[in-house]
Amino acid sequence: MVVLPARSLAALIAAKLTRAALRLTGRGATTLPGLAALSLDPAVAAHIAARLPKGVVVVSGTNGKTTTSRMLADVVRLSGWHPVHNRAGSNLARGVAAALVADATWIGEPRADGAIFEVDEASIVTVARLVRPRVLVITNLFRDQLDRYGELDTVARRMRDAAAALPVQATLVLNADDPIVNLIGDNFAGKVIRFGIDDATVHGALAQNVSDLTHCPRCRARLRYDRVVLGHVGDYRCPNCGFARPHPEVAATQVESDAEGTRFVLGAGEGAAVRVPLPGVYNAYNALAAIAAGHALGIEATTAARAIGSFRPAFGRLELVEAEGRRLRLVLVKNPAGFNAAAATLLSRVGSVRLLTALNDLDADGRDVSWIWDADFEALAPRIEWAVVTGLRSRDLALRLKYAGLKPDRTYVVDGWDDAVRDVLRRSRPGDEIDVLATYTATLALRRTLSRMGYAKEFWQD
Amino acid sequence: MDLRICHLYGDLMSIYGDRGNVLTLQRRAEWRGIAATVETVSAGDRLDPERFDLYFFGGGQDAQQDIVAADLAGPNGVALKEAIAGGAAVLSVCGGYQLLGHFYRPFEGPELPGVSALDVHTVAGRRRFIGNVVATAEQPLVGFENHSGLTYLGPNAKPLATIEVGAGNNGEDGSEGAVQGKVIGTYLHGSLLPKNPWLADKVITWALERRNGHVDLPALDDTAEREAREHAIALAHKRR
Repeated sequence: MVVLPARSLAALIAAKLTRAALRLTGRGATTLPGLAALSLDPAVAAHIAARLPKGVVVVSGTNGKTTTSRMLADVVRLSGWHPVHNRAGSNLARGVAAALVADATWIGEPRADGAIFEVDEASIVTVARLVRPRVLVITNLFRDQLDRYGELDTVARRMRDAAAALPVQATLVLNADDPIVNLIGDNFAGKVIRFGIDDATVHGALAQNVSDLTHCPRCRARLRYDRVVLGHVGDYRCPNCGFARPHPEVAATQVESDAEGTRFVLGAGEGAAVRVPLPGVYNAYNALAAIAAGHALGIEATTAARAIGSFRPAFGRLELVEAEGRRLRLVLVKNPAGFNAAAATLLSRVGSVRLLTALNDLDADGRDVSWIWDADFEALAPRIEWAVVTGLRSRDLALRLKYAGLKPDRTYVVDGWDDAVRDVLRRSRPGDEIDVLATYTATLALRRTLSRMGYAKEFWQD
Repeated sequence: MDLRICHLYGDLMSIYGDRGNVLTLQRRAEWRGIAATVETVSAGDRLDPERFDLYFFGGGQDAQQDIVAADLAGPNGVALKEAIAGGAAVLSVCGGYQLLGHFYRPFEGPELPGVSALDVHTVAGRRRFIGNVVATAEQPLVGFENHSGLTYLGPNAKPLATIEVGAGNNGEDGSEGAVQGKVIGTYLHGSLLPKNPWLADKVITWALERRNGHVDLPALDDTAEREAREHAIALAHKRR
């Protein structure tokens, strides 16, 4: 039975052939097939998506979308779904199309019954129109790669446009603690489910030097904060217009976090206990987002908690790599909020920090590296034993560490990925832990290097 | 000697790593044994024109820029001009630069008045200039620009630098930034001062001279700064 128009079918077949060819040459086919499909017929992705009986969930926002969408994929799987998911982190429209095409049969019938997609903020409107999600999750919005995304207000507007493009029966899942995200629910016609942290003991371990939002996004009076978790995320209210953090339907209480992970209880004490095997309060937010999205899909919180309890992190998101007896902990950092969250987690451990850090300025990293000056290297510097610095903009990073107060004789600038990894191994001893903080393409390059040296598998094999 | 720095509207106008510029001013003073303090003065606060030696005025988003423009139209704009007349130094970037000029003219809606501390005006442009910038002043200047405003200089303002790579003030006349007395405006944001320590030192010197007569700053070891600058210049040329 042919279910697609001839043109879409041609696009589908071209995309599938592209994928097969790429796989034969041993390359990860996470975007090119999608590009082929979209350029021949954008409708092909829409056709396949519309045939998913359980529908599509889209996760977007500045930080946490990869972890949240992977957690959510585990949650829906445990409740019996067979979802298609753009796992490998290809989150533009072409990546979504590639995942749909890869999953579909040669006549365009999906094998999956639903979809979980993480989507880049810049592509959100296109993707929302293409796949018509039944749930849209927005994790948080922070300043990020201004050369690529534009100002935060622009990104927020894009999210509102995406929300406006949703089908009427769709549900928005929003972070109640982020005023910019919370406001997106204001004029939304459909259902809104909010998540947040209801625990007065959770507040930022780092001084919040840079905030993206000091004034009310609705009336522009100065916002009051009773509690700041990270940047502008926290417990806020506007004394002028009454805009305030709403009570979240999905709330974490009794939050505890250590090196092993994060634990919290849902609701006012009688709810499910959730154990997130990832450290850092921001991973509590990721878990809450996944639980709230599950709630929107009719999945019990206890089921969601069980799936999250056995979660494995994604590429470069607190991934552990063993190398010559050293443990390398890979964390992808790409904006000040993400860096500060990673730094806070790192500082919550005891002992000194051995750092491999890499800054690139390619398109996927953001060509503007000035964000490192908004990141709180000052908090990290006193704990650094040594830092090996590499990447295309290694000198900018070395300079940042100097102004953060790290002694120049503790900073080693090393050109070349192989040499940087070797330098780290030479400088450390078996049993040592090394934190690797790197931007997107730098993480890719380091991962590839570690893989070539026999320490890690290629990430698209996930 | 001590250095009193004001981060003007620091809570509203601080995108693109503006914090790096303030940090550089502070550190480079401290490394020479000069105590440096930074205070933020924001919309609704009362600016004391006597208090500060140096004002840093960074970039902001459109919504924030409106709040700041409204505040500068009141007593704080007058106080800032008094401070400049009294010998304070000012470094302004992007939005701050535009608001120190005569006006900013958007495509629609009323003109946003500036304080006319710089003889420049800005009009909205159709294209956004985003990318690395290399320019020549008394020493090379390297940074990153991200703006759509087109700024034109009047006779009383001199260009800060001449463009080699990038667009600069307006993408037409090859000029970048403006200098008028001890007031500097530029489109190079974020890590402008860390990678261009000569400019940081110039502004610090101007600021210290407000209360100390002639000042000669001792040299610092700028190896890391020089390396970062040379690499950034080489990359900018390669990718132009």
